[in-house]
Amino acid sequence: MSGTYRFETASGSAVTAPDGRRGPGPGPSVAPPGLLIEGLALRYGGRTIFENLDLVVHGGEFVVLLGTSGVGKTSLLKIVAGLARPSAGHVAASDGAPLQHRIAYMGQQDLLYPWLNVLQNVMLGSRLRRETGDAGRAMDLLARVGLADRARALPAQLSGGMRQRAAIARTLYENRPIVLMDEPFSALDTFTRARVQDLAAELLRGRTVLLITHDPLEACRLGHHLLVLAGQPAVLGPPITVHGPTPRAPDDDELLHTQGRLMRLLTAQAPE
Amino acid sequence: MTRWVAPVLRALVTLAGLVGAWWLFSWLSAIPAYLLPDPPSVAAALWHQRSLLAWSALTTLTETVLGLAIGTALGSVCALGMVFSPVMQRWLMPLLLVSQAIPVFALAPLLVLWFGFGMASKVVMAVLVIFFPVMAAFSDGLRRTEIGWLDLARTMNASPMAVMWHVRLPAALPAFGPGLRVATAIAPIGAVVGEWVGASAGLGYVMLNANARIQTDLMFAALLVLAAMAIGLWVLVDRVLRLVLFWAPDTSVVS
Repeated sequence: MSGTYRFETASGSAVTAPDGRRGPGPGPSVAPPGLLIEGLALRYGGRTIFENLDLVVHGGEFVVLLGTSGVGKTSLLKIVAGLARPSAGHVAASDGAPLQHRIAYMGQQDLLYPWLNVLQNVMLGSRLRRETGDAGRAMDLLARVGLADRARALPAQLSGGMRQRAAIARTLYENRPIVLMDEPFSALDTFTRARVQDLAAELLRGRTVLLITHDPLEACRLGHHLLVLAGQPAVLGPPITVHGPTPRAPDDDELLHTQGRLMRLLTAQAPE
Repeated sequence: MTRWVAPVLRALVTLAGLVGAWWLFSWLSAIPAYLLPDPPSVAAALWHQRSLLAWSALTTLTETVLGLAIGTALGSVCALGMVFSPVMQRWLMPLLLVSQAIPVFALAPLLVLWFGFGMASKVVMAVLVIFFPVMAAFSDGLRRTEIGWLDLARTMNASPMAVMWHVRLPAALPAFGPGLRVATAIAPIGAVVGEWVGASAGLGYVMLNANARIQTDLMFAALLVLAAMAIGLWVLVDRVLRLVLFWAPDTSVVS
């Protein structure tokens, strides 16, 4: 059932954005590495969640993995992030260098530390690695996500959308070429989510991104390539390529067409 | 300004009410003064014996604060050790539980025998009383760190020490707070019990002697000083905890 899917680089997904705009800060100066996932399997208490999972994400591409709940999306992403061990298979970077120190991770919750203010949260990586932080760059990033005036606020004083934007700034501060995102916007209301998606699409341009979600609209707005993870044990469906620059408007023809297709596919797979 | 006026006023009203009720009761009832002294005689004892009481209070306070500091440090180190090392946890935890099964008060005569009539035996007593609540609360807090925070720290390549210092430790502070508050409230009990069993100074010693000589007014005075000291210490610790835990939501405050 499984095979290796290789994508041609979609137009508009090159390392440098078509309009020549670079990511904030230094950004990835060389082509970001891609992700090679080979023969990945996960078994849990005698149950096989997925097996023989192969996936290649080319450098600089935004790939969205869709699936219904309980299909193993989060586990897959945690394995790629090095937070969990697979039962079999391995994950590597396309350039052969180790993945460690090159992956930034954004989870379902914003995971802001409540005892640190917004600026300190953005610079969390420096704090944890005992490096001298780059406060100037952190402030630049906060300005990019529209939180410059809330830098000294505590996370508890922010709205859900603001917290998620702070989390994006924190992810970008890490300045890693590969970014993994686990339903990062699912806790937001529809309209806030749309705005934060726009921001993410813009700021993550030029990085290798693997995002998982259960929301077809989110997938169609952000992804160059979409993959559906479904079944028991779960397997990856053939890749769906969505053309055109991201973030796509919610009434974009291509988006509407793909969204309809995904809805049919996922509704059939959803557990009762 | 107005934020502290109301609670202080409330405390004064409560105090006045209690003293009034006590006065009224001692006046109306036929209880003799050597069993229940009235407020003026206690106030007189408080005034006449002020240097004895102040000196004794200082002794008891020193014992309490030392016990609190050492007990908190010891409890915290134990909690950290047990979270860091499962082996340590397996060997230490049963031992600690057994130590708690023995009533500390029953140990008091033994402690006086071992550590003498001076301050040391009272400090040890206070340490024994508060060690467990501090350790239990802190290790509980250290163990319940949000998985997502730990995962995030790992993707940021934090060392285990950095995770302990920057994630687990601050995340455990809201659980540590109640443990320390309980410890602060019961630490004076440890010190006073130690003084009852055998001492040459301290409020417990004063109370024991006053009791033997049926100086009930002095006993009441010593009790008042002890209560004031315990409340003062508790308020101080509570304030410091609130400052440190400025970020933790305090759901006990309704308004």
